[in-house]
Amino acid sequence: MPQISQLADTYASQIFWVLIFFGFVFFIVGRGMVPKVMETVAARDGQIAADLAFAEAARRAADGAESSWQATAAQQRADAHALIAKAKHDAAAASEARLHAAASVIDARIAEADARIAAAAAAAMAEIETVATEAAGDIAQRLAGISVGADAARSAVKEVLHG
Amino acid sequence: MADQGSVDPMAQFKIEPIFGSDWTIAGHNIAFTNSSLWMAIATLALTIFVAGGMKRQLVPGRWQMAVETMTGFIDSLLAANIGPNGKKYVPYIFSLFMFILIANIQGLLPLGLVGVHPFTFTSHFTVTGVLAILSFSIVLIVGFAKHKLHFFSLFVPHGTPIWLLWLIPIIELISFLVRPFSLALRLFVAMMAGHVLLEVLSSFVINSTNSGVLWMGVVGIPSFLLMIAISALELLVAGIQAYVFALLTSLYLNDAENLH
Repeated sequence: MPQISQLADTYASQIFWVLIFFGFVFFIVGRGMVPKVMETVAARDGQIAADLAFAEAARRAADGAESSWQATAAQQRADAHALIAKAKHDAAAASEARLHAAASVIDARIAEADARIAAAAAAAMAEIETVATEAAGDIAQRLAGISVGADAARSAVKEVLHG
Repeated sequence: MADQGSVDPMAQFKIEPIFGSDWTIAGHNIAFTNSSLWMAIATLALTIFVAGGMKRQLVPGRWQMAVETMTGFIDSLLAANIGPNGKKYVPYIFSLFMFILIANIQGLLPLGLVGVHPFTFTSHFTVTGVLAILSFSIVLIVGFAKHKLHFFSLFVPHGTPIWLLWLIPIIELISFLVRPFSLALRLFVAMMAGHVLLEVLSSFVINSTNSGVLWMGVVGIPSFLLMIAISALELLVAGIQAYVFALLTSLYLNDAENLH
């Protein structure tokens, strides 16, 4: 077993060289390079975390902007609805007023026409009385040979016409 | 190795100087051996691997992704076992884990096909012992620096009955002191056992085939199939042993960092 049979001859060389090479590994690789590698990893992890946080913040901002935009849109929609309702109401009121005015004009004209009709009817009635009086006087003269005075004939006609 | 075809399963662990046989420090020979060469190769491979992941791109490529996966793995291991205080041990545990992992895996590379012997330096307890003592020393230094003498309360677990206070601390102390040995021996034994097993099976294949077609069919081919399966298992063991070494070191560091 060379590990034991060569021990006396080789232990110094083995210990010396392993200390040299492991020392090199520890100081150059372990102390020199490994921390830089780990720094890179830590920097990347930090960057990823920062990016994620930034993305999260951006998402929140977008959510906020969207909800505020929605609130604005809802507000504007409500305003528009109110505007339309008001316009409809105004238009209805205006047309009602105009209808009302037109109706009163028409009523007035109807009333006026009624009055004219009544006047015309009265005038016609008076005309009929006159004609009837004359006709009654004429008829009485021709049939009975009685001359009836105009007044008597008128009152007789009136009595007949108006009961 | 006397007659042809016989295989010495231990020869693969032999350390041979490549150059510098006469280099010494304070009388100790520090020749650059095949073991040192494969440590150098592991170091180079690990350095290239991590350096390739240092492009520091925001969107990582495949290589950067692989390196970041390994550092992230060690980071989460320490976060799970030690907590937020564990972050500062990432360089050490990462170096330990990757160095052992690459050493274990490169010992399994099929470089024998091109005549190169991939030496597994983690199959030597001189190497695993150094790594285990490093880990254990860090535990002691951190523990005493952070908790001063209060660190000895580690040997009195919560809920110890008063009448057992003479026994429990002794048991705890022994189990504490055994830690570096168990760390070092576990890795060394696991790596050595797998390589010896593969070598023994390969000697079955060679010797049975030399004995004729019948023995090749009865012993050689089943042994070869077993070798394929065990090679796959050894890759798993290579990863598991590196992980266990890193995991236990982090658990011991947890004791030092947080007591219990």
